[in-house]
Amino acid sequence: MLLDTTLNIGTPEGVELKLPAAGLAPRSLAWLIDALIKYVTIFVVMIVLSLFGKVGGGLTMVILFIALWFYNVLFEVFNNGATPGKRALGLRVMNTNGTPVDWSGSLIRNLIRFVDVLPGCYAFGCMSVLLSKNFQRLGDLAAGTFVVHDPGKRPLPKPNDAQPVPLLLPLTLAEQHAIVSFGERASMLNRERSEELAAILSPVFADLDAERLRGHASWLAGSGRSA
Amino acid sequence: MKQDAFERKYRPVWEKFEHWVSILSHDHRRLRVDRDLRLAIAPQFPALYRQVCHHLALARTRQYSVALQQRLNALALDGHRHLYQSRASLVGAFGQFLTSSLPSTFRKQWRFMLVSAAVFYLPAIAIAIAIAFKPELVFSLLEPAEVAQMESMYDPANSVLGRERESDTDVYMFGFYIYNNVSIGFQTYAGGLVFGLGSLFYLIFNGLVLGAVAMHLTLIGFSETFWPFVAGHSAFELTAIMIFGGVGLMIGYGGIAPGRKKRWHAIRDQATAGMPLVYGGALMLVVAAFIEAFWSSSTWPPLTVKYGVGLSLWVALALYFMLLGRNGPE
Repeated sequence: MLLDTTLNIGTPEGVELKLPAAGLAPRSLAWLIDALIKYVTIFVVMIVLSLFGKVGGGLTMVILFIALWFYNVLFEVFNNGATPGKRALGLRVMNTNGTPVDWSGSLIRNLIRFVDVLPGCYAFGCMSVLLSKNFQRLGDLAAGTFVVHDPGKRPLPKPNDAQPVPLLLPLTLAEQHAIVSFGERASMLNRERSEELAAILSPVFADLDAERLRGHASWLAGSGRSA
Repeated sequence: MKQDAFERKYRPVWEKFEHWVSILSHDHRRLRVDRDLRLAIAPQFPALYRQVCHHLALARTRQYSVALQQRLNALALDGHRHLYQSRASLVGAFGQFLTSSLPSTFRKQWRFMLVSAAVFYLPAIAIAIAIAFKPELVFSLLEPAEVAQMESMYDPANSVLGRERESDTDVYMFGFYIYNNVSIGFQTYAGGLVFGLGSLFYLIFNGLVLGAVAMHLTLIGFSETFWPFVAGHSAFELTAIMIFGGVGLMIGYGGIAPGRKKRWHAIRDQATAGMPLVYGGALMLVVAAFIEAFWSSSTWPPLTVKYGVGLSLWVALALYFMLLGRNGPE
């Protein structure tokens, strides 16, 4: 896959972990949600504290300060790298080595945000996200972090329970792979789409329908045989 | 081995692994689940994690289906995240930070601190001297309205000093100083990313304003109110701005002269190396805001006491940065 936004994280165990990098659009949306939360909260706090005169005014300033500079830091450190906006979009900040972001990393990336905002509307940040290999803004580059789509808990799809149908055609590993994947995804597709996908193979197989292809997939995956 | 057999054989291992990760991870730590259980699991966890990594590698080379690969990838990622996270305890780290890493980092980066101090104080001194000879120069730097505001703040006729004090507004001013001063500090720091230019700008600009205001108020005869007011918090506030500027310059230097590293790696390393100073600077500005709001504005202490406190804070800070953490670990 040449046009691929997947980040590869090398581990000491010798496998590469793969993560989908988050691009400009979901990150902007997450930012928008966070901004809404932040400013609504500040607004409410200001109204409440304005009842307490000058002392309330002072507290408002402190809270304003914390909200503007530390909202992201606190959430990223204590909430597995996700502010509420990021969580809503299934994003997460992590170090480029795949470990959870810590105080230093989060603080660097969020203080440098001040430069990302320049010269207006996050212009530097957006340019950096679009130009850098892993969609990092300047703060991310300085802190060694990136934002990824959190794969989260991904349950296995329903096992392919079709009756195995032997396939007596010599296929390469990649071809077998594609058919097995089809078998797994078939339960998530509607009938028309399944037929459409199966029809791609019609030049190779005579009278092939989705059901039959699922059977082949089941056979290729090896179900029905003893291990 | 066919995929189905593989899955059937190892599914229990994966489920066990998933369960262990959820027990060991943050979410459960807060709920205080069975401590003994966690202690029993922890030593066996790495072995199980390596097994899952092995399965992931197998699934890839044998080209098992995408769904299975993705699931194993997610499992391994969870394990990786858990196993290799940093686990510094915040309380212990804070003590170590105060007694050792802050002052020793300061000394280690003394070149940047020195340059930052020079860029901050030399313009201040220069403009002060210039204004001493040509007092109207202050208006080339500040708007007349700003000058008038400064004058009204430190007018000896006022009963309280500082920025617009009417009544007992110490808490309000505390909040204002934190918001205003720490933000300036952070901006001075962040500006360093642009090859140090932002830091230089903020340092020079703040230095100029500082020198101009100080000399102007002295010339018009407000020194009795101005100097005792700033004496108390000056040590923490000015040093903190200088530190933020210095760390900004560190980052800028990483961008200008990355040496044998990639440019962004050099910047990242410089930023990481300067982190104790950023924490320290923020802490110092909070202390300065506290002093400024609750001590500097008070008019009851005699002048000697106010100057004395100011001077001893300067000395204490200098000794702190020179002496502490000499023998401790980095």
